[in-house]
Amino acid sequence: MTRYVMTIDLRRCVGCQTCIAACKGANATPPGVQWRRVLDLETGEFPDVRRTFLPMACMHCANPPCEEVCPTKATTRRADGLVAIDYDLCIGCANCVMACPFDARSIVHEAHFSYGDQPMPSEATGFDPARIAVSMKCTFCKDRIDEAAVTGRMPGVHPEVTPACVNSCISGAMEFGDIEDPRSNVSRLLGETRHFRMHEELGTEPGVYYIWDQP
Amino acid sequence: MKNQAKRISDLLSPRQQRNWDWRAATNFIAGGAGGGLLLFVSIAGLEPDVARAAILLGLGLIAAGLTCVWFEIGRPWRALNVYRHFATSWMTREAVAALVLFAAGGMALLTVQPLFVVLTGILGLAFLYSQARILAANKGIPAWRHPRSVSLMVATGLTEGGGFLACVLAMASSTADVRLLAGLIALIVIRAFFWKMYLGGLIADGAPDGALKVLRDIDSKFVLFGHILPVLAIVAVLAGMPGRAGLVFVAGILVVAGGWSVKYALVRRAAFTQGLALLHLPARGRGPAGPAAKPGWKPISGTGVG
Repeated sequence: MTRYVMTIDLRRCVGCQTCIAACKGANATPPGVQWRRVLDLETGEFPDVRRTFLPMACMHCANPPCEEVCPTKATTRRADGLVAIDYDLCIGCANCVMACPFDARSIVHEAHFSYGDQPMPSEATGFDPARIAVSMKCTFCKDRIDEAAVTGRMPGVHPEVTPACVNSCISGAMEFGDIEDPRSNVSRLLGETRHFRMHEELGTEPGVYYIWDQP
Repeated sequence: MKNQAKRISDLLSPRQQRNWDWRAATNFIAGGAGGGLLLFVSIAGLEPDVARAAILLGLGLIAAGLTCVWFEIGRPWRALNVYRHFATSWMTREAVAALVLFAAGGMALLTVQPLFVVLTGILGLAFLYSQARILAANKGIPAWRHPRSVSLMVATGLTEGGGFLACVLAMASSTADVRLLAGLIALIVIRAFFWKMYLGGLIADGAPDGALKVLRDIDSKFVLFGHILPVLAIVAVLAGMPGRAGLVFVAGILVVAGGWSVKYALVRRAAFTQGLALLHLPARGRGPAGPAAKPGWKPISGTGVG
């Protein structure tokens, strides 16, 4: 059984936000909407202060609360662990937005573009009217994952079938792969490091692991 | 760029949800009260005309709430997808309960037959319970997902229903007998109990600072205007004070207004998101890993999170 997950090494993330740009480019998200974000967290008090960069997006939970509350089955968890939205079924009730503890979902009620009403060529290419007034979020670049099933390439190994954010990461902080495969890069990393999943106490079983130290 | 950076920094701490506005709140406010009212109409043994008026009010409240929420959803013309692609969510159950409720309620209005009146009452309770579970299922909002929010939402819906029934009886110059008034006092006391249980549980279990501030701020007003004053008014009626109908009406309105204000606060003002939490700050360079961080929440003793 395949379950695709992401690992993010917080020790490596430098907060460059290239993953945000790559996501916007790949998915043509409207202005103000970022399926992937890098939060900049300052903690402590002078002189003992710390700065941590925290990449966040949909966690593709194994027990997704967004799926549980969806009144139309628009949100479903696929067999490979990806949580997907059928934009044609979604009624835009925003219940899933409330259910997500990771603030990963958003709804845009009108088409907006970077420079006024008309899209730039790059925006026009990726613009999907089906995403207006419905819930949307990070898909783990599911089109690429679906392509992997056809071509036999391996997500997390071959860039063509790996999420855009992972491909773009300049410090190698992000990895993607099948956690059920003991030979995958994510299984190896998780075996070698100390890690946690955010808000694990809520029982959603997120599919994103944050690495924070060596054993 | 500046605005963008501000938005990202906003996400560090819990923030008020921005997706469900007054229209969604109205569904919980009016719909819950309507469901409670229909339940009490079914067990109060009212005269036919009074029962019709109360059923009409209950159905009207539920219809008003659903209409408001229909105007809020992003794709209103797809609303029937709730029935066409049947799911097991509590929003689906609410929609199903509403559909059957209006059918049974329509028959109850026409015939005032006990069978339809009782069925409408049961469905009103089912509608109210579904609404309570809709809120509780939203794990992204700590003030909603607390297990005691369900009992609070049901208790206030029932109490508001009792308050509306008192108003209807006062306006119809019908006699609100001692049992009904004693029942309303019992409902008010029960709601106060569940409110305190909810607030205490939320404080004990932890919630975003902003949510706790909102709920603490309304606590004393809710207890005074939604509970103490209505009970005093009803006690005055029971003691034989003149102006019986007016006092019952005022007590009912206060009970309803108190419930509605707390539901509005819960759905809109206290609905802070979860925010982020790091169990460990990463080890960087030669430095050790850092303690946990959970911006916007009070430190919880023993966990080091805060």
